[in-house]
Amino acid sequence: MSEIVHEKKKDRKIARVALVLALLVASCLLVYAVDLLLRPKYMGEVTEGVLTAEYYESKGRHQVLFVGDCEVYENFSTVQLWREFGINSFIRGGAQQLVWQSYYLLEDALRYETPDVVVFNVLSLMYNEPQNEAYNRMALDGMRWSASKWNAIKASMCEGESMIEYIFPLLRYHSRWNELTSDDFKYWFTKDTVSFNGYYLRTEIMPAGAMPPPKPLADPKFGDYAMAYLDLMTQLCKEKGIKLVLIKSPSLYPHWYEEWDAQMVEYAKENDLLYINMLDIAEDEIGIDYSLDTYDAGLHMNVTGAEKCSSYLGKILVEKYGIKSAKDDPDLSEYWSEVEQRYDTAKNINNL
Amino acid sequence: MLFTSYEFIGFVILLVALYYVLPKKVKWPLLLLGSYVFYYFAGWKFLFYIFAVTVITYVAGLLISRNKVRADARFAELKALEKSGSGSPEEVGKEARKRYKEAQKKKRRRMMTIGIVLALGILAVVKYTNFTIHNINGVLLAFGSTKRLGFLTIALPMGISFYTFQAVSYVIDVYRDRHEAQKNFFKYALFVSFFPQLVQGPISRYGDLSKELFTPHKFSGRVLERGLQRVIWGYFKKVVIADRILTAVNSLINTPETYKGAYVFLVMMFYALELYADFTGGIDITIGIAEMLGIPMKENFERPFFSKNIAEYWRRWHITMGTWFTDYIFYPISVSGPMLKLSKWSRKHLGEKVGKRLPVYLASFIVWFTTGIWHGASWNFIVWGLGNFVVIMISQELEPLYRRFHKKFNTDGSTAYKSFQVGRTILLMSALRLFDCYRDVPLTFKMFGTMFTTWNWNTLGNGTLLRLGLVRSDYVILGLGTIVLFVVSMIGRSGSVRDKMEKKMPLPARWGIFTLLVLVILVFGAYGQGYDAAQFIYNQF
Amino acid sequence: MNELIEILKEIHPDVDYATATNLVDGKILDSFDIISLVSEIADKFDVVVSAEHMIPENFNSAQAIWDLIQKLEDEE
Repeated sequence: MSEIVHEKKKDRKIARVALVLALLVASCLLVYAVDLLLRPKYMGEVTEGVLTAEYYESKGRHQVLFVGDCEVYENFSTVQLWREFGINSFIRGGAQQLVWQSYYLLEDALRYETPDVVVFNVLSLMYNEPQNEAYNRMALDGMRWSASKWNAIKASMCEGESMIEYIFPLLRYHSRWNELTSDDFKYWFTKDTVSFNGYYLRTEIMPAGAMPPPKPLADPKFGDYAMAYLDLMTQLCKEKGIKLVLIKSPSLYPHWYEEWDAQMVEYAKENDLLYINMLDIAEDEIGIDYSLDTYDAGLHMNVTGAEKCSSYLGKILVEKYGIKSAKDDPDLSEYWSEVEQRYDTAKNINNL
Repeated sequence: MLFTSYEFIGFVILLVALYYVLPKKVKWPLLLLGSYVFYYFAGWKFLFYIFAVTVITYVAGLLISRNKVRADARFAELKALEKSGSGSPEEVGKEARKRYKEAQKKKRRRMMTIGIVLALGILAVVKYTNFTIHNINGVLLAFGSTKRLGFLTIALPMGISFYTFQAVSYVIDVYRDRHEAQKNFFKYALFVSFFPQLVQGPISRYGDLSKELFTPHKFSGRVLERGLQRVIWGYFKKVVIADRILTAVNSLINTPETYKGAYVFLVMMFYALELYADFTGGIDITIGIAEMLGIPMKENFERPFFSKNIAEYWRRWHITMGTWFTDYIFYPISVSGPMLKLSKWSRKHLGEKVGKRLPVYLASFIVWFTTGIWHGASWNFIVWGLGNFVVIMISQELEPLYRRFHKKFNTDGSTAYKSFQVGRTILLMSALRLFDCYRDVPLTFKMFGTMFTTWNWNTLGNGTLLRLGLVRSDYVILGLGTIVLFVVSMIGRSGSVRDKMEKKMPLPARWGIFTLLVLVILVFGAYGQGYDAAQFIYNQF
Repeated sequence: MNELIEILKEIHPDVDYATATNLVDGKILDSFDIISLVSEIADKFDVVVSAEHMIPENFNSAQAIWDLIQKLEDEE
């Protein structure tokens, strides 16, 4: 008799625990849904914010991986690399993406694949400390959770930021409730793909004019913090047998100083890396026409400029590192034909 | 660690989890450790003060308690000796015993006094030294002296006013034989430092708190739920309402040149809401955390804004402070020997009426003066305290007049009259609170005056409200939030809201309500950096 | 006892002191009333009610107050 009562009690207890767990899960899902609603969608405007996340949607092993700031994701067309050389590439770049962010995004990518070549644009070495919360967010929010993301956040946080707000973005974005737009509902759970394997396509033309005279450098040397992450990147690539290529993309501003360039030449020599200063050879060898190939007066390339840069770099990659065309992979070809279609449409629409 | 910081929330979650996971023996030591960790976060230097106050009052309590035990034993011994006829009447007789008893009591009184003076001395030095210097300098200046005293550079240790009062009440209660002294120093240290109440009270009595503070509590879903409910409700008040309206309050009081007249009235209303939501919310969080640990605490508020007069208001607002002042200042002063003598004398010479009131009024005056200065070392608070005193005295004196009025018009107890009383109390208290808002006393009087001289009510609607740092949607949130506060308060009049929910709602319904409340706090709370879309627009560099 | 009731009646004429048992807890006597009471008691009974006796239990009913007076007289 008492055993039955005991059993019943036990059953009730289990039922209660189950109920509490179910309610807990439901509450978490609800909070998560609200969290997703309130996050910035970066659709239509400021689409740079979704670049990081789009990496996980891309297909196949990338032979070439770009990391860096706007000088990679706006100046190289992955589609051109595919079309011309059959290179499956992806650009893990973001607005003012700092060296440590590039490093951790690379580390993150290496959890999924091992590319043949990693191309790093060196401009961001000029920043030795965290710069701007908004750019941190754009670079990091899209990362999947891993030790790399945690470390990237720790390395990037500006004053007033906290880890918990990255773990629960709702804490950061909650006050967007009074500026929600229809886009926030439209892209609540799914987003459009805006980039072309990390390439941010622009078609406008704005000829380059006179740049402001460069300010004299207080310290001609790159900061230790930034250089330490470059070292880490070099080391990581070495360990994984990846060729690391350093480039300075042909953007005219911010000014690329002689002193900086000399340091890169030196660094490449020491570490047996290839360093290409594309700025020096932009017009003569790459064929950039600064009156036609830039959309914002020389700061970034437009699509024609990006295609020229890609053709130039792709040729070097194929010749120097023997990267083979992946066009015989049917899955990849199918994937890329879709991307190309999207690319051509975008190019034409924007040209109208 | 502010209550509204992520660190604090993490700290509490960890502490509550550990409390229920760890074995019985270490449960209360965990609370002590946690309390000191909490205090350490406020600044390690502050640990010295709380430790010193703890040691002083611990020793005082222990000595008093010991003396009492010894004296009682000796007294019994003397009695027995007299009975057996072995001692001489001069040594063991009734008179001798009485003398002995009184001498011992005097001794204990001295111990108590030393303990209290030392503990309050620390408080006085850190809290009032600079205020005193400031006033002395003022006097020097008035007499044309060019000499100035330098200020001390000591930061006010967090919560010192609260834990000192708590420790002092302990010593007095041991002296008054309300309870024995706590022999275990660490247990006593926990009573003084128990972290949720360290910042803003309630001011607990040892006799109340010690019952459950050291008891190892077993985990209970029900206890956890109820505590959590209270914590969430507290955060709602604090984060959604108080922290939001704070922006507007600050804008209004920081530019008094601009915001006169009607805006002073606005300050009164906004600040009432801000203070209420912030203070009662903080206390809800405090009591809720203690409840989650199975430790009941004394209530500190009882819907104070429904009070019909200021005396009643002070029985319902910051209750533990009020009773502290009543028990340890008002009563001791008003029933002290000199006071009774004064009463006798004045009755004889000034008449029955005055004689009766004089001691009470004098004691009240002292209570309100100390209450004022306890709130903060500035004339603003002193004048505020005395303002309360004046209003309470006036209403006391007008009492017969009211009674006649009610008899004549038969208004006593009518809802309309009650509402009038409640409204009047809110207005009076809000007006007094202006001393808490404006920079100094003269400015406060001046600003109060502008309510009657500057007629600018018409400008309230012209968009000025949107220049105070709040946008339209903030006011909507505040309005809705206040309605929720009011409705919950109304429901609470006939008993605990949580009790009612527990009785009438199944778990999923309660869960749903509190999940929603959490969401409301998370989304509509005024916390974090705020989101500035413009900042997120890519500006090239 | 009758003397005490008289004193109490003076303070609040409309309370039935024979039955009331929550004079303090029921907020019938406030601290002002209690002080008047204590000073009256000191006058009429010649006992000193000191601060340590000022707890609600001692003032909740006429009987409790009476007991307190008896106790204090004993100690004298």
